[in-house]
Amino acid sequence: MNDLSMLRRRRDDGLGPNSDIGNKLRALYGAVQGEEIPSKLIDLLEQLDAVEKQSKPAKGK
Amino acid sequence: MEAEKPSFKRELLSTLPSLRAFAVSLSGRHDKADDLVQDTVMKAWAKQDSFEMGTNMKAWLFTILRNEFYSQMRKRGREVQDSDGAFTERMAVHPSQYGIMDLGDFRRALDQLPDDQREAIILIGASGFSYEEAAEICKCAIGTMKSRVSRARTKLQELLQVTGEGDYGPDAVSAQVTTIPRFT
Repeated sequence: MNDLSMLRRRRDDGLGPNSDIGNKLRALYGAVQGEEIPSKLIDLLEQLDAVEKQSKPAKGK
Repeated sequence: MEAEKPSFKRELLSTLPSLRAFAVSLSGRHDKADDLVQDTVMKAWAKQDSFEMGTNMKAWLFTILRNEFYSQMRKRGREVQDSDGAFTERMAVHPSQYGIMDLGDFRRALDQLPDDQREAIILIGASGFSYEEAAEICKCAIGTMKSRVSRARTKLQELLQVTGEGDYGPDAVSAQVTTIPRFT
């Protein structure tokens, strides 16, 4: 999807930058999005990565 | 093969904030949302070989999370309605340009939407997906997605207007004047 069609779409669905509803939606969403990622999620990713590296020291296939 | 791993992990990491926000909007609770994201990360990691690098990882992860959410809901039955007011509570920390009450009303209006409409307007209006992507995530036709978003927006407008008029009574114009913040 290019920028133009993006703009067109935003204008059509009434959720663009000038839309009150669109802005409030993004404010709510953005508030959660702006929070720090809980460390247990970061740790989980690191663990998954570590386990995988251990079990596949060389090229997998 | 090996060279793809760091990038898969990095891309996954960069999607986590948005994935969490979507999880909170689905489950209505922060604790459940984090469990949901955790399950999603494990599922995604396990099936990363089925993901083609360079394609849309965000949409792929949202699809996994959404499937996970609805399959857990089916197993546990519906216990989702006891929202912890996650959005409103967070707004007290991040008031942004809107007042806290203002967004509280908005969140309550959002809560009143049918699940499919709320999900649709969030994916399109906040997560930044195209209709095509959102339709794929929700496994529905593009036209269906468009109509859900449109109905959601109309309903929100109705709800927010009704709340406003209810508060102000019939003399809405003078009431509005008094609610304009004064620049003192």
